[in-house]
Amino acid sequence: MNPTTTPPPVDGDLAAYLQRRLTDFIRHARANDFRIGVAEELDAQRVALIAGLDDPVRLRWGLRALLCTDVEEWQRFDELFDQFWRRPNATSAVEARQGAPLKRGPSAGGRVSQRSDAAREFELAEGSDGEFGQHEDGGRDGASAVEALSRADFAMLADQGQMRVAERLVERLARKMRRRALRRQRLARRGHRIDLRGTVRKSLRYGGLPLQVVCRQRRRRQPRLVLIVDVSRSMALYSTVFLRFARGIVNAFGDSAAFAYHTRLVPITEALRQTDPARLRASLALISRGWLGGTRIGECLTQFNDDYGRLLNSRTVVVIVSDGLDTGEPSLLTEALSRIKRRSRRLVWLSPLLGRQGYEPRTRSMQSALPLLDLFAPAHNMESLAALEPTLSGL
Amino acid sequence: MPADVSTPLAETAEPMSSVDRVATLQARLDATGYIADRSLSATLLLFHELQRPLLLEGDAGVGKTEIARVLSTVYSCPLIRLQCYEGLDVNAAVYEWNYQHQLLTIKLLEQGRISPDSAEQQIFDRRYLMERPLLQAITRPKSPVLLIDEIDRADEEFEAFLLELLSDFQVSIPEIGTIHAVSRPWVVLTSNGTRELSDALRRRCLYHYVEYPDFDKELRIVTTRLPEAGLQLARQVVAFVQELRRLDLRKKPGIAETLDWAAALLQLDVTTLDAEPEQVRDSLVCLLKTREDSASIEDVELGRLIAKAR
Repeated sequence: MNPTTTPPPVDGDLAAYLQRRLTDFIRHARANDFRIGVAEELDAQRVALIAGLDDPVRLRWGLRALLCTDVEEWQRFDELFDQFWRRPNATSAVEARQGAPLKRGPSAGGRVSQRSDAAREFELAEGSDGEFGQHEDGGRDGASAVEALSRADFAMLADQGQMRVAERLVERLARKMRRRALRRQRLARRGHRIDLRGTVRKSLRYGGLPLQVVCRQRRRRQPRLVLIVDVSRSMALYSTVFLRFARGIVNAFGDSAAFAYHTRLVPITEALRQTDPARLRASLALISRGWLGGTRIGECLTQFNDDYGRLLNSRTVVVIVSDGLDTGEPSLLTEALSRIKRRSRRLVWLSPLLGRQGYEPRTRSMQSALPLLDLFAPAHNMESLAALEPTLSGL
Repeated sequence: MPADVSTPLAETAEPMSSVDRVATLQARLDATGYIADRSLSATLLLFHELQRPLLLEGDAGVGKTEIARVLSTVYSCPLIRLQCYEGLDVNAAVYEWNYQHQLLTIKLLEQGRISPDSAEQQIFDRRYLMERPLLQAITRPKSPVLLIDEIDRADEEFEAFLLELLSDFQVSIPEIGTIHAVSRPWVVLTSNGTRELSDALRRRCLYHYVEYPDFDKELRIVTTRLPEAGLQLARQVVAFVQELRRLDLRKKPGIAETLDWAAALLQLDVTTLDAEPEQVRDSLVCLLKTREDSASIEDVELGRLIAKAR
């Protein structure tokens, strides 16, 4: 550390010791996925000088304001701070609390360095979210593991750790769709042509000088996405993943809505938008819990038409996620689907079963629905979801 | 390094202990009518010492924008506000030439005999430059508080531009050259989380998450702002609103709503909530701002809330 930032008044050894502890704390925070740059590290010493290392409350507040960058870190900070400063041996305290709820992945200091370079590179390329390639067991796994994960059927992800990584990937994918969609818009905007008539007309007020150039540009608007997710018993293995996907979509596309259904339809947009991670997890668990009783797709879609039909317009893409195992009347489903199709831009049906070998949509309800769909696609792993991007982003 | 700003805070000659300084700042915020808790005061003190921008996040209506306003009072300097929106560009945020004025001058110059060179110099004079908030903020002799409100609504390009401005504090205008900051503004950014902000911007800022006030704090806010409400009504109103925030609402009522509602109840001559449930029901429009929310509070629920607030 820069020696000029040493707190001056205290006894030399103690000051140096405390300064070292502070540097250790920052390393500890970095190991816990806090994004801290060199400038912040230097300022942390200034904070300590202003707040005084002997005043834990002030130090906590000061470092919290300096080191946190978003709500999620803000909420984790207190725990992190206590772990480090309240116990003489920080490392053991952290490991003893491995399963603490607010933590992402393993958090013992120094663990980071054990991770393979590939995993780090992957992280750098993908943005700074630190959960990739880290499993609870701390094994070496990098980009290749993530790649393997993207081909694995969601239903085959056995352990909690893999499942959580998959969920985060899915959510990120949904956000990425939005980013790519935006880039396309920009290119289109740049490719505009000059509208001569408008330019000449505008130039009249400047004595014929074409000062205001009028352009013609093709405007592209984001589609409005409406996601309807089946959370019935038969979909139990997939519903968590799709709810996370829905969450990514809902957060990335401002103008979108999500619904969950089993025997009746529930709007879940607001529930998915909430930022408090604990509450989100609770409500997702509540929504995705497999309910007893069969699926009534037809009735639920009819209910959708009656109550939320106003969401549909010429730029709406409706995405239904379901395995199509329906216990209701097929004619009801056909009727509801054709109403949705009439009023929206595109109707997409995603089926996790379609990815399995040898599966064909033979159920009566599926048979009658097929001719109405613009796209009937598999959605059983990450790859198949990524393939949806053109459908969802461009119109 | 930034220009030295002589705010009264920096002038404290005696080296006070940091605890005292937090308390002093808190008292000064109090005096302007803003009730801040100690942790926020500590952040604001740090904001002053480190001269980093401050990023405030939190639900709508918890008083993020108000913090900037109060800071400008405490530092006794002007407040310059830039409201962000989608499509905000440099012309609206930094500067714009006054084209009409320039054209008029050109026409006038045509009548005289002036060389094109000097004519050009004339029309690209600072006089024809319209300063927008960001340029204003760095050209003031005394540091102003620059409030960049709802940064998450602006496009990503604008965020990148802002990042550059916040690190160099200079703006380059092709026709004039680079304008360096005369003074360094106190920058406060607020965000409501409609879009993920870039890591770079987040890292550059101090961060404070503003929560809904707890019962005591909100009670103090209501009694400070609306002393005529009386302690009993204020207590009930705050307890009611606090309880209401716990429900699963689409739009939770903020502090402004609490104050509105208390004022409305005063207008309706309500002295205690439980005495006049009808009036309470009628005035709930101040608190519940969506159809779903007002539909979700039924009479039974309302009775329960009133009973709890007693």
